[in-house]
Amino acid sequence: MADGTMVMGSGAATSPAPRRVGSLKKLGRRRATTALLLCAPLILLVISLKIYPTFYAVFLSLLDRKMNEFVGLDNYIFLLSRPSFQLVIFQSCLFALTAVMLKALIGFILAHLMHNIRGRNQRIWRGLLLVPWVIPLSLSTLTWWWLFDPSYSALNWTLEWLGFDPIPFLGTTWNARIAVIAVNTWFGAPFFMIMYLAALKSVPEQLYEAAAIDGASAWQKLIYITLPMMRNIILITVLYSLIVTFADFDIVRILTNGGPQDSTHLFATYAFTVGIQSGNIPRGASVSLFMLPVLATLAFFVLRDVLKRSKEIST
Amino acid sequence: MTSTATMAGAPPRKKVGSLERQNRWALRGSYAALSVFVVIFLVPPFYMIMTSLKSSAEISAQQGNPWIARDPTLENFAYLVSNDQFQRYFFNSVWVTALVVILSMTIAILAAFSLSRMGFKGSQVISTGVFLTYLVPPSLLFIPLFQIVGSLGLINNTWVLVLLFPTLAVPFCTWIMIGYFSSIPRELDEAALIDGASYPQILLKIFIPVALPGIIAATIFAFTVGWGAFLYPLAYLYSADQAVLTVGIVRELIRGDVFAWGTIMAACVMGAAPPIIIYTFLMDYYVAGLTAGATKG
Amino acid sequence: MSQVSIRKIVKSYEGDVQAVKGIDLEIEDHEFVVLVGPSGCGKSTTLRMIAGLEEITSGEIWIGGEVVNDVPPRDRDIAMVFQNYALYPHMSVFENMAFGLKLRKFSKDEIKRRVDEAATMLDIKMLLDRKPKALSGGQRQRVAMGRAIVRNPKVFLFDEPLSNLDAKLRVQMRTEIKKVHQLVPTTTVYVTHDQVEAMTLADRVVVMNHGVIEQVGAPQELYHNPQTRFVAGFIGSPAMNFLPCRLEEAAGALRIRLSDKLAFPVPENRTARYRPHVGKSSLVLGLRPEHITETKRHPEPGQHDFDMMIDVVEPMGMETLVYFTIQGVEASGRVNPNAGAVAMQSMTLRADLNNMHLIDDTTGKVL
Repeated sequence: MADGTMVMGSGAATSPAPRRVGSLKKLGRRRATTALLLCAPLILLVISLKIYPTFYAVFLSLLDRKMNEFVGLDNYIFLLSRPSFQLVIFQSCLFALTAVMLKALIGFILAHLMHNIRGRNQRIWRGLLLVPWVIPLSLSTLTWWWLFDPSYSALNWTLEWLGFDPIPFLGTTWNARIAVIAVNTWFGAPFFMIMYLAALKSVPEQLYEAAAIDGASAWQKLIYITLPMMRNIILITVLYSLIVTFADFDIVRILTNGGPQDSTHLFATYAFTVGIQSGNIPRGASVSLFMLPVLATLAFFVLRDVLKRSKEIST
Repeated sequence: MTSTATMAGAPPRKKVGSLERQNRWALRGSYAALSVFVVIFLVPPFYMIMTSLKSSAEISAQQGNPWIARDPTLENFAYLVSNDQFQRYFFNSVWVTALVVILSMTIAILAAFSLSRMGFKGSQVISTGVFLTYLVPPSLLFIPLFQIVGSLGLINNTWVLVLLFPTLAVPFCTWIMIGYFSSIPRELDEAALIDGASYPQILLKIFIPVALPGIIAATIFAFTVGWGAFLYPLAYLYSADQAVLTVGIVRELIRGDVFAWGTIMAACVMGAAPPIIIYTFLMDYYVAGLTAGATKG
Repeated sequence: MSQVSIRKIVKSYEGDVQAVKGIDLEIEDHEFVVLVGPSGCGKSTTLRMIAGLEEITSGEIWIGGEVVNDVPPRDRDIAMVFQNYALYPHMSVFENMAFGLKLRKFSKDEIKRRVDEAATMLDIKMLLDRKPKALSGGQRQRVAMGRAIVRNPKVFLFDEPLSNLDAKLRVQMRTEIKKVHQLVPTTTVYVTHDQVEAMTLADRVVVMNHGVIEQVGAPQELYHNPQTRFVAGFIGSPAMNFLPCRLEEAAGALRIRLSDKLAFPVPENRTARYRPHVGKSSLVLGLRPEHITETKRHPEPGQHDFDMMIDVVEPMGMETLVYFTIQGVEASGRVNPNAGAVAMQSMTLRADLNNMHLIDDTTGKVL
């Protein structure tokens, strides 16, 4: 500290001799140390609370229930042989793929509709459509639960009022699966909308004018200009959303808690039930580690895209 | 009006006004379709508010249209405001979120400044690594973390959230800030360097003010995480006095008593209000921060 | 006491790329020196080494009688104007100009006095409360200069300060910079790739190419006596014509032969200088377009008329450029607009050999 202030002080008083003390090279070295120091909290946080726990999870998953003995891959083998866990794998994939597809589709449509509206109005509509994404997910899911409530459902009241039969929204396997997907779509579509809207805005207007002069129809403009220009954002948003949706917890936990008959459990909620609620830490760890290969693959593609892009920017 | 007049008057030149007319129909169609979406999207928040205005008696009576509060009352809100438990959840959420935002932003800004400007060996690796950890979801880590925080004696202690929430917020905040800092022209720090500024002064007097939109965006993100995260508090906090809003409402207010729904929805309204208010005023910054990284290049 | 002296400085980057290959330069107190050259010639790197923004690989830089190699930029007592102005976007014009003084802990009154003085000089007093965003390019340029002036440093450094302005404004600001230097005669190092800027502003011009100095001299000297082919071609617009030629000796007189049909006698006062090069194979005649004109009255000694088929005619208003081809090499001349130049027709032109340069193309040196 004292050294630093010395150098700074000598700058103000224009005395030539002590100046040479703070040589540029030394300064450069000190700069590198400072740079590393500024990153230290981040590195510490990431290593101790993200990287280390990941490896620790692998270690835990190899133990027996009482965490005394190594049992190798027994936890994994046991899980794979259980029909209820096979259902979890099925439901997780179904949930992630369907929900992401719906979110991407609705987000794409919304972005196009919004793109037609310019100026102040767009801000207001965007604000209204972003509401689902702004409310804390656990609270809005709670509201959905109340909407789906078997005896007080406002949705069923409306169906009956319109002359339809009431639906047990969370009562049967497939209804519950659809409900969970619907809530996730409701929550996530606005995110896709703003990403796609930003992508649409970044397509130069002249391209459309050139295409119009070349005689392209609206459909052809979409196929030959909009989609190729948006390709990157569509891809990265879908990949990112697949990761988040695949690892989702809140909706299923609150809406169905895995029911009926464990048919809506995702990896995350199942791991919670097994690991925290039933106290079988090693098996819970194995459940969530089943996500790792899928997540790693998706992350690889996201990262490849991001790195490629940042390289393009820098050149 | 003019375009229709032209069309009626000059049938051979039918296509003159067609593009404009097409656009006008496209606009009307867009508004119509968007209205449908807005109605669907706003059903839950609308119903949340309506229910919060109903008395328990009105809910249990189950008569007539459930979408409208026939006898709007603020008794649910009044109950919550004076309720010790709810006060505690809310207070816990406030201080945890405040600390998480301050902590996360400090870590993120320092690291982003270093990674984007003070380039040293391995800074590229670190930036990439940070982005990668952003892709590691909390549901992958909550079980090993249960053991880790357990060994630290932090189970059922609200402070555990101050320790863990930054792991959710910091990587993305750093990523946003790297983007904003990198977009500041290098000449600006060189000018400041020649003007006599030291590195801390460059960060405080140049970078932070210039990248303020990015800082707002990252702060909102950190706030969203601190205020809304559900899994960690659910897994690590089990007693009511340590709980935060999300977990408190979901776990403690639901006691199998259907007639408490008015209170529960009122609590949800109060829990959703801070983010809604913040987004109302600062949405533009957040959207810009979120999409900046994705659309450049 | 603010000379800048550059001694054998070298800048090399990783991978053995040498951007600056050991240059020497002495800049006097109050002098306005312009470093000029094509992009990548090392001029900006040199300037940034003087500023302390780049480390010096080897050699020494002295400012005001003191080695500053190891002095950080803020302690070198210099001010710099950047190409994109580098104004702090969140500060008003006043705050931008005051920032350096504030960091140096000047009193409020002194800051205000200095900023006011500089703002008056640059005619930006009414802009002091504005943010840079609300300024035009020329106004930003003035603010950037004001920021440098208020510091009253030993040396001003300019890094291509006018290249972001449109042509008209550039000319205006050029005059402005010259005026300011007359009022505040601070030692100035100015980097540009525009030779017109270099010629108009500089007391001395330093022409750089590939990391070395080609020639240092007053603008007129560079124009009339370039020492290398590079300088001859770089200074002057349109550029000098370079025509491959042979030097012949006949009856004690020398002739420059450009083609079988075209040859010019060398002016007598140059005969002795050029005689050793008779018969060399790689000679080039350098003659500026302004020394190839239309014919008028009788030729002076050293001027010679010749007929040429004109390829292209470019009227410029006050003059007309004519382009023609000699032995496959395109050349140009500047003729009077009324001289009746017509494309694809023959025209009699006059070459003024008194202003010729003879270049040895193997060494690139002007003989």
